[in-house]
Amino acid sequence: MAGKPVLHYFDGRGRMEPVRWLLAAAGVEFEEKFLKTRDDLGRLRNDGSLVFQQVPMVEIDGMKLVQTRAILNYIASKYNLYGKDMKERALIDMYAEGIADLDEIVLHQPYVPREEKEANLAKIKDKARNRYFPAYEKVLKSHGQDYLVGNRLSRADVYLVELLYHVEELDPSVLANFPLLKALRTRVSNLPTVKKFLQPGSQRKPYEDEKRVESVMKIFS
Amino acid sequence: METKPKLYYFDGRGIMESIRWLLAAAGVEFEEEFLETREQYEKLQKDGRLIFEQVPLVEIDGMSLTQSRAILSYLAAKYNLYGKDLKEKLRIDMYTDGTLDLMLMIIQAVFKSPKEKEESYALAVKRAKTRYFPAFEKILKGHGEDFLVGNQLSWADIQLLEAILMVEELSAPVLSDFPLLQAFKTRISNIPTIKKFLQPGSQRKPPPDGHYVEVVKKVLKW
Repeated sequence: MAGKPVLHYFDGRGRMEPVRWLLAAAGVEFEEKFLKTRDDLGRLRNDGSLVFQQVPMVEIDGMKLVQTRAILNYIASKYNLYGKDMKERALIDMYAEGIADLDEIVLHQPYVPREEKEANLAKIKDKARNRYFPAYEKVLKSHGQDYLVGNRLSRADVYLVELLYHVEELDPSVLANFPLLKALRTRVSNLPTVKKFLQPGSQRKPYEDEKRVESVMKIFS
Repeated sequence: METKPKLYYFDGRGIMESIRWLLAAAGVEFEEEFLETREQYEKLQKDGRLIFEQVPLVEIDGMSLTQSRAILSYLAAKYNLYGKDLKEKLRIDMYTDGTLDLMLMIIQAVFKSPKEKEESYALAVKRAKTRYFPAFEKILKGHGEDFLVGNQLSWADIQLLEAILMVEELSAPVLSDFPLLQAFKTRISNIPTIKKFLQPGSQRKPPPDGHYVEVVKKVLKW
């Protein structure tokens, strides 16, 4: 019997959080080994566990996977969250890539130098409110279905909902003009696996505070 | 009869180049519409073909696809360049994603100030020599096969060749410590469809120059 997937990363959101969300949504139990020091990272690098010397790394099905996209695609395929055919997969990929572009700015917010934080936050708000959220609202409006693609849950929905929460933390009124996104978030949040993940005590990580940011910077300096 | 894929982008490499490589390697003829004016770009937006207001845009099989990695994945699957099963697909995803990270450093550099551009190029060469090329040399050594995954040509091989040539343009001897990658480069370059693409007169684009940067900035209002 295969063991649980093991996630290797620091104890924080960073680039691993979408992986935690997706595994949780798929109802897959996973373990985490947290990098705490630079030596921890060095050890993983030295024993050949990291193809490109970087984390995230996920041990799953006898393999050591790196590159967040590859990890998410594999999990989505394995747990049927990747549409029913090539064309649905193309749409899911397109939507997920858009979310990833927004997430790239969002996940950096805790780590951006103090004097740049305001500008980065303004960028997040602008891109979320004027480019990305309108695009997904429009997709949902165009077909009137419950999920972004193929009338069923896919990794695009899970990733989008994660970002809706994360952006709202930084911009509390951001969802005011996006009723369909709000409805999607409620719908996905009420799925039993996701509901469980959203409760305290789950493996979901909080927004990185200054202390966390400091310790993370030490690992990667 | 299928219509040819149509690519909408600037007349230059940028993020579209990897898509041109993949189509060419697969032996697929494609058309291109080059963005030269702000009006062309605004028309694409108004027609609703740019979901996130961005190019590259590829029209294929009745879809308007943007996001280069989504496009590349679709093409790889369509033209049998994505391995034979999920585990091979996964390895191809890992390798191409790493390669694209490296290439993005170079692609984005051209828009920076001269000093920052040189720093970016130097960092890209360093990453290639110390992180990415050693990884791929090790993979080739590990199985001793001609291709990166599954003993047959895949998107991963095409992406890596493109990256090697791009880094060599910045630093010609960059492969000097990597004998297997040197052999790989020769081997993949000699595949008939790729050989043809590497010859003058193909749809392969030259490295970006000042004019390219000007056009992009004008069209996207940067």
